[in-house]
Formats: sequence, C-alpha cells, structure tokens
Amino acid sequence: MAEVLVYVDHVDGAVRKPTLELLTLARRIGEPVALALGNGAAETAAVLAEHGAVKVLTADAPEFADYLVVPKVDALQAAYTAVSPAAVLVPSSAEGKEIAARLAVRIKSGIITDAVDLEAGDEGPVATQAAFAASYSTKSRITTGTPVITVKPNSAAVEAAPAAGTVEALSVSFSEQATGTKVVARTPREATGRPELTEAAIVVSGGRGVNGAENFHIIEALADSLGAAVGASRAAVDAGWYPHSNQVGQTGKSVSPQLYIASGISGAIQHRAGMQTSKTIVAINKDAEAPIFDLVDYGVVGDLFDVVPALTEEVKTRKG
Amino acid sequence: MSLRIVVTVKYVPDATGDRHFADDLTVDRDDVDGLLSELDEYAVEQALQIADEADDAEITVLTVGPEDAKDALRKALSMGADKAVHVEDDDLHGSDIIGTSLVLAKAIEKAGYDLVISGMASTDGTAGVIPALLAERLGVPQVTLLSEVKVEDGVVTGRRDGDSASEQLEASLPAVVSVTDQSGEARYPSFKGIMAAKKKPVESWDLSDLDLEADQVGLEGAFTTVDSATERPARTAGTIVKDEGEGGKQLAEFLAGQKFI
Repeated sequence: MAEVLVYVDHVDGAVRKPTLELLTLARRIGEPVALALGNGAAETAAVLAEHGAVKVLTADAPEFADYLVVPKVDALQAAYTAVSPAAVLVPSSAEGKEIAARLAVRIKSGIITDAVDLEAGDEGPVATQAAFAASYSTKSRITTGTPVITVKPNSAAVEAAPAAGTVEALSVSFSEQATGTKVVARTPREATGRPELTEAAIVVSGGRGVNGAENFHIIEALADSLGAAVGASRAAVDAGWYPHSNQVGQTGKSVSPQLYIASGISGAIQHRAGMQTSKTIVAINKDAEAPIFDLVDYGVVGDLFDVVPALTEEVKTRKG
Repeated sequence: MSLRIVVTVKYVPDATGDRHFADDLTVDRDDVDGLLSELDEYAVEQALQIADEADDAEITVLTVGPEDAKDALRKALSMGADKAVHVEDDDLHGSDIIGTSLVLAKAIEKAGYDLVISGMASTDGTAGVIPALLAERLGVPQVTLLSEVKVEDGVVTGRRDGDSASEQLEASLPAVVSVTDQSGEARYPSFKGIMAAKKKPVESWDLSDLDLEADQVGLEGAFTTVDSATERPARTAGTIVKDEGEGGKQLAEFLAGQKFI
C-alpha cells in the first residue's frame, strides 16, 4: 500500500487533535508515515502509532525554533525524498499552510488548502473544500506531481487504529534560506484552560450585543459550562472587548464545530464566512430580523443578558 | 538609496454579492461586482507608513487579473501608492495558486524590489499562502502574518501572533512581508488622492513581457482541477422562539435533545 506523509503538529511532544484527524483521513488513501519535528518529537510516537502511523520520522535542531518556517520545509522535503509518498498531508494552520505551499513549489506539485474532507479517487485523492463563505462545496484533485493537501480541524472524527509506529531519525540538511527569518523572541500565549478555538467541538461567541469587555464573562461562563471555546465577532474584537486571537470570521479564524452558539451577533457575511460550516448553529439576538437567524437550527429572539445566564444555569443543573 | 516596495493586491468578487462559479468551474466574475480585497488595503497602508519613514521610497502596486482588476489598482493608487503594474493576459484565466505565484514572482522581479508586502490572504480564495510562495520563488526571507511591522536600515522586524505564541521576527531585505487586519486601520482615499491617482502610471504586462508561456499558467497550466462545485442546500428553517422568560430553558431543552448537554 502506498505511503502517505503526515506532518505532525505538536507542542513539546503533545500531539494536537487535527493531526490525529489527519491520520484518520490518511488511512483512506494509504499507510500513514508521520513526521514530527522539534522539541519532544520522539515523544509523539506512541500516540501517532495508536492512530495508525506505521512509521514516525523525527528530527530536532535549534533551527526549528530559532527561524521561521523554512527549516521545517527543509525537513518535510527530506522526509518526502526519503519516503516517496503518494500524498503529503499537513494540518491547515497558518504555519502548516505555509510549509505545505513551499514544499509544493519545491517538488513541482499542486496544492489544495483548507480541505474539509478527503477520499480516495481513481486519479488520486479527492478533496472537498468550502467556497464563498461556505455557500458552495467543491471537489478538487491535484493533477501534477504528488498531491500536497492541507486539512482543516474537525474534518474527520478521530479513530484509533494501532500500527507499528517505528521511530526513525530523519537527517535534515538545511537550505541557505533556512536562517533568513530569525525568531528573536517568543511569548507563549497565556493558557485559558479552554479548548483551542479552531479545534473545539463547541464554540460560544459574543458580538456587538455583548456591549463591553466587562460583560464577556457571561459568554465565558456559558462556554465553561459546556466545555467550549470562546469566540468573538469582528465588531467585538475591533471594540477591544476580546483578543483578536479569538475572532471568528473571514479576517479571523474559521471554525467548524459540532455546535456554534452566537450571542449578540447579527451575522454579517464576514462572520458567516468563518462559522457557516458548523454542524449545529444556535443564535441569541434581540433583533428578530438579524441575518444570523437564517442560518440557525435553533434561535432565541431575546436579550442575551437574560437568556445566556439562564442557559448557563440550566446547563449546570442538567450536568449536575 | 531608494526603497522599492511592491504591494501585491487582488481584485475579488464582492462578498456581499451573489458569488458563484462559471460553467468552467472558475469564479464567475461577470455577475458580481469586484473590488480591492479588503485584506490588501492593510498591505497598502503598511507600505505607505513604511515609505513615510524611509528617506526615499517608491510604492508599486501589482495585480494579476482581468481588465476590471484595474479598479483595485486605482483604489491603491488613490490611497497613495506611486505607480501600478497590471498583468493581464487571456491565457491567465483559471490560474491556480501555483500558477498565480509564478506570474507574481516574475512580475515582482521585473518591477524590481527591496520589499514585497501582501495582505494575509485574499477575501475570496482565503488560502493565505501566496506570500510564502513568493518568498520561496524569490529566494528571500518570509516575514509573514505580521500584526506590527517596521523597516529600518535594511532590516524588517515584526510581530507574528500565532495560535500558541506571539513571535518577534527579524530579516534582512530583500524580503516578503504579509500583514494581518491587526496591523492598523487602512486610510480612506482623499479627494485629492482620487484625483491624483488618475494621473499615476499604470503599466500593462502580458505573459510575453514576463517570459512565460501560455501552458505554464491558466486552466491549462494548473496543477489542480476542480471536478465539481455544488451549492450547499439552504439550511432548513430552524426553530425560532421568542424569549418570554423561558428562552434559556427552551434552548437548554433543544441542546439536551441534540445531546450537547
């Protein structure tokens, strides 16, 4: 069976969920070979093996942390040369897409970004993408070179499938460009204890109707009762009520959770572009005419300052 | 020495219009108005601010697109860019990311540059990989997704806010930079700017000007193919209730029924 190279997204050895989803998708088109780079790379092997990696290639060097993107492209290219895979899959993070794109140019291959599904086809893997604020769904293929595809979080349910997961050290020689962009300082984002926005199964978002940074705790309390991530509309972010890293929408993050709860968000096209592929959509808004209600599975026309706390209490009671 | 800045911009279909695909599964540009991609306005703005700080700088805006794409160039010129280059050729129709990045890279080299600035992504395709591809093709550092950017003494520095960390980056020119919508509000063109833009030079280049062949670009030269594009079925009308004191409870009931609680 053909091998499929999967780029691993991990933080100091802790594999992030989108990578496990990638392994699940990779098994539809071949045998996954994982590539883990940087600090803790070898520690990813057990969980990768549990999810189907027949082999885990690892490499660590100061270059991966000290310089932007290119050293990782050099490593992915080295793995590509070593494995000669049938396809290369990379998580659709900002960095993942940059790494994948640069590899595609180097190996003279086509690239598909932000796939939301992947299946085997007669002429190579077929990727589903969402277009025009998710109002269209397209199916595409790569016709030249080895398919390089980046896949969005929440595109597949993670399935365990134990495999050998043999660990092998990959030797990487860095290109001249590798040290071009120096990372002179790195400040880790403060942990909130909440799930990562793009990976969360449930997202609770607040918008203009929240009416101030001091009121966002209402949204956070609902999120915490549901084990959800917190999102914000552009209006709320531009007003300085919530950090940009939590912005959902065209110029922020695109999310595709099982459940999306929009509170005090009217549903402008820019916001819809970032959440329209959510499986179940719920909205709370005072304005019965708000366009968000066109999208919802369930909507409450009402004041979020009444409805959201009541919902939070009810969730807590039901969860006991 | 003059700082040569090239800003790459895209002419995109208006997101508030009825966007759809044409019969050949490329974006239908006839039925919907186009405009300068909003995220590229931030790139123009940062170019203007960097040019203001430099002793001597020249800003060229560059786009690859059909005839109407000149509108995007005019907008950037009216904001304050000095000149524009429009790469236009019938054979470009249907170019994919790989093809577009090839054309842009060739045009940037022909224009001459010390600094390339792009928006973080287009508002239509939204892939966000063109800046990285340009850096790869041009063989210069990529300093991408910056929420703050500064150029001084031939060095570009900036802040990149990622999912797990915020990074301070540094690279020597020439380099490719991309900026996010957090980099700073883009200015509105003034009346004076709009009038001045009409007199600014817009050069038109075709494939032969860039030493490219038709089969390297367009649908023919694309490395990817779209097999189908289907409109997602409209969501079936959901349940909408008016809160009369029980809205939170009713919603909880719905969520429990869907097994979210």
